[in-house]
Amino acid sequence: MNIINEMRVDFLSCPENEAFARMVISAFVLPLNPTLEQLGDIKTSVSEAVTNAVVHGYRDCVGTIRMKASLSEAGELTVEVIDNGCGIRDVQEARQPFFTTMEAFERSGMGFTVMESFMDAVQVFSSPGQGTTVRMKKQICAPREPAYQA
Amino acid sequence: MLTHEKQRGTITIRLSGDLDHHTAAAIRQELDRLIADRSINRLVFDLSDLKFMDSSGIGMMIGRYKMMARRGGSVAVRTGGGQIDRLMELSGLYRIIEKVQEEVRK
Repeated sequence: MNIINEMRVDFLSCPENEAFARMVISAFVLPLNPTLEQLGDIKTSVSEAVTNAVVHGYRDCVGTIRMKASLSEAGELTVEVIDNGCGIRDVQEARQPFFTTMEAFERSGMGFTVMESFMDAVQVFSSPGQGTTVRMKKQICAPREPAYQA
Repeated sequence: MLTHEKQRGTITIRLSGDLDHHTAAAIRQELDRLIADRSINRLVFDLSDLKFMDSSGIGMMIGRYKMMARRGGSVAVRTGGGQIDRLMELSGLYRIIEKVQEEVRK
């Protein structure tokens, strides 16, 4: 499947960059004329994934978060949020609704539930000490012609 | 940004801008200072001016709900619909927090 647009941005795992990541993904998606609901879904899901990297991946330190996004000919958006932080011991457990390792910090444990509800598909690749990649997909527009041939 | 209005035992907290992990920390601190007044038995969140909220906002509201519940108080929320309302529905928070309809502002 041909990619018709893609981007990659690296930023520090500072909490203020949660809003930055939402702005970046909005800017990437807006030319596609998403509905308000689609845009809200994507921004919220990105916010959840980036916040997980800030709060959990780099819990006791500051590291780099990479966000990649691409749009296919078929009108499907793929977003990846990648960190080189502490990784997740048990991904299945972490994806359970309301599961959190930080209840004392008023974390709701809803991050993955939100991503899974607002995006069409969510994959999580992680292991302890190996960082985490969250890949999300969402169909946001009809199939279109590529602007260039890859 | 947070503004508030107190009327007898009810405090209405109006939030604007974004409510995420980053902004929740400062909001939580200010909120806890405001609701430390034990004469307050009802906390109303007015989120109708909020531009964005993610599950960090849900966590913040759950924390405040627990605080109010401990003193026999209640919490309500007005969202103004849209993405924030969808997030509230998804979280199941309406089972414990009353949903207040949009007020007519002059």
